[in-house]
Amino acid sequence: MRRALRNGASDRELSHVLARTRRDFLREAAGVAVGSALFRPAWARAAAAQRKRKVVVVTFGGGARDQETFMQEGQENIPHLMRELIPRASFFTQVVNQGILGHYVATASLATGVYETFNNFAAVSPEWPTVFEYFRKDLKRPSSDAWVVAPSNGFNRIGESSHRSYGSGLGARVILPKRLLTAATSGSGHDYQHLLRDNYETPYYAPELAGSEFELQQLEMLLKVSVDDFKSHAQTLTSPDELSVYIARRLMRQVAPSLLWITLHDIDVAHAGAYSLYVEGIRRTDRLCSELWHAIQEEPEYAGQTTLFVLPDFGRDSDEDAGGNGFQHHRTGDVLSRTTWMLASGPGIRENVVFDRAVDSRDLVPTLGAILGFHASLAQGKPIDEVV
Amino acid sequence: MLPSDLKSEMFAGYAAEARKVVTAHLATLRQLPLSFVPGLLRELISFDFKFPVERKARERELAYLDSLSQVQLKECFRDFSEIRLSRQLEEFDWVKQPGQFVERLSAHLWSTHQLDAFRKASNDYADRLRAAVPPEPPPIPRLGISVIGQGVTSYNEPLFRKLRPHGAYFTGIKPENGLRQLLDGVTARAKAHPLPYGHWYIDGGEAVACDPGLTCGSYEGLAATRAELLRKMQEQIEQPGMGPEALRSFLAQLRPGDLGMGRQSGDEVLQRFEVSVLTEGSGTQIFSTVFAQWAAREALRRAQPLTMLVRFAPRQRQKSMNELLSASAKAPAEVDVIGSLVDGDFAAYYNWLNQQRLAGAEHSSFLVWFEGHSQALAIGPSIARGTESRSATDLQQVLGWMS
Repeated sequence: MRRALRNGASDRELSHVLARTRRDFLREAAGVAVGSALFRPAWARAAAAQRKRKVVVVTFGGGARDQETFMQEGQENIPHLMRELIPRASFFTQVVNQGILGHYVATASLATGVYETFNNFAAVSPEWPTVFEYFRKDLKRPSSDAWVVAPSNGFNRIGESSHRSYGSGLGARVILPKRLLTAATSGSGHDYQHLLRDNYETPYYAPELAGSEFELQQLEMLLKVSVDDFKSHAQTLTSPDELSVYIARRLMRQVAPSLLWITLHDIDVAHAGAYSLYVEGIRRTDRLCSELWHAIQEEPEYAGQTTLFVLPDFGRDSDEDAGGNGFQHHRTGDVLSRTTWMLASGPGIRENVVFDRAVDSRDLVPTLGAILGFHASLAQGKPIDEVV
Repeated sequence: MLPSDLKSEMFAGYAAEARKVVTAHLATLRQLPLSFVPGLLRELISFDFKFPVERKARERELAYLDSLSQVQLKECFRDFSEIRLSRQLEEFDWVKQPGQFVERLSAHLWSTHQLDAFRKASNDYADRLRAAVPPEPPPIPRLGISVIGQGVTSYNEPLFRKLRPHGAYFTGIKPENGLRQLLDGVTARAKAHPLPYGHWYIDGGEAVACDPGLTCGSYEGLAATRAELLRKMQEQIEQPGMGPEALRSFLAQLRPGDLGMGRQSGDEVLQRFEVSVLTEGSGTQIFSTVFAQWAAREALRRAQPLTMLVRFAPRQRQKSMNELLSASAKAPAEVDVIGSLVDGDFAAYYNWLNQQRLAGAEHSSFLVWFEGHSQALAIGPSIARGTESRSATDLQQVLGWMS
């Protein structure tokens, strides 16, 4: 791959080389088969009744590079993905994001199926309808059936767009675990500072909180956990993403939404520039993905009828690009930072198979539509045949 | 305003040397597209405080542009000319604030999906410039040294994994006086080939005494500056309506005097460099390992030294970012020695990569040593790649083999 990078290959060629490299490593390490869209399984749609179908989307938060994940030297950082999840999944090696590489705007683009162009640091709603709005409007689902668990900074508006045909009242309910914890500790949570870590790209950016009553009400009424129990459990956790997964599991147990979107973010500590913290973030995220997968298998409302998608919002800069500083940021817009992967696992989805054709990150929303039975009419991607 | 409207009086606010350079090349600048000129002015506005190598490079670039005919300029900048800009960008005062313009241009390129086109235009221009005005080879082969793992008593994981294929791995280094030997070697090079900002020693902790022929900087030496910077950042963060872009603009405008650096103590070029490391580098204010890596990267990129010794020291343990930013610099911080070793190990790889981006890379050498231990790795034209030596030796001897 390095040779291709140096020889001035086109971006398209580089993406393809990158995908092939990922596939080869996966094939070596996990013994996965190479798939083809021609072998689309006819039984895919019939596996579960559509009404009961559920989807959990996990963004592999903050973006990680191949060399710290799927390349041979990085596989030690993702043992759970390699040994538990990929053998049970269809794995896409070339998911290309052509949009803005900022976490909020990129996650919003994933959730709308359109490359959003708003200022990543602005507290605004996505311009285009979100997957949650399509899902709820088309299928007439209540607000309790679509949830987002997200890091606090800026993500509080990701559940609902400003689009006039959708928008107000049709979005997902958004739960921000760090805000919950802040509210639960009445803002004096010195013992919880490790769980209240900020977005490292914008440590100084803290959107105004909406008040604590609603959050505490969520905690007590919806998640059936007392403030004291929540606080004491939080003390056993080590990172914001662990807190998010804890909340997501409570949601799955108590509310069992059909569409659950979890945005992990610990890996983005890479912006602080310390390589050890970045790798630690990848290892933790790998473990948390496994935990979520196990939760899906164990929860009666989810077991056997849930499709799990795991994908990064984008990658990080390559070591080769002198304009960046390698793993630290995602500012150059180079091929490595734009080319990521996705795994899909669940009933009707082929297991232990890898696809290296190019998939657009906007394809996720139409794919979710095909699985859950709604039409993402304004999304610009198209359903991924291999999983619908 | 467009570049064709440029007049010499618009640069009255520039420092003397910068003004002189810009006005001398105004006729050429007027012919260049708006997507390009502010980026060039961003470099030229601080011309008075650039390293000698940077000044020379800019002068050669401008001389090259002057040598092109109108048709050739048009051809050279065609891709830049095709970048669509907004009215707001055109109306921005990019002569006075070229840095802020470039930030806004970046946001515009992302949101209008023109970033790839701009990247291509920039890379093509850099290639063309490199071909027309090749970088000058260094007078002697460059030497980079990274010292990692200070304070670690034992570590069983493999080190130098990224660098091993490129050089020889030594496991029989006698660690006694290792740092002294390296500093002596670096000092000897500085004395033999004196060059302003040509030989650097950057320490992620407290610097040991160094020869005046070396350009020295350290994380601890900047403790007061860092404390003042963190105080200012905290003050800004608490301002209503403050956002990341506004803070970045604020940081970009800070000068040594704003952070308590005394003008009488001399070298404003170096002080400005240090301030830029702390204000432009992410994490440099709070993690010593990140400071050392970024300072080395920027020194290599900008000053293009002949010698670069970087010593990594334990960084503070991770806390929430707001805690790190608000912490008093005087409060004792708990350190993470193993994490710092991992940081330093990877940063050494980046130090090597950044050195290899400079002219004369094929003759350059690089050494990384696990401080206080017997492991080191050497890379250079005279060192066999992918080899391992268990023989007892010391760092002075290894430096000798590399030269």
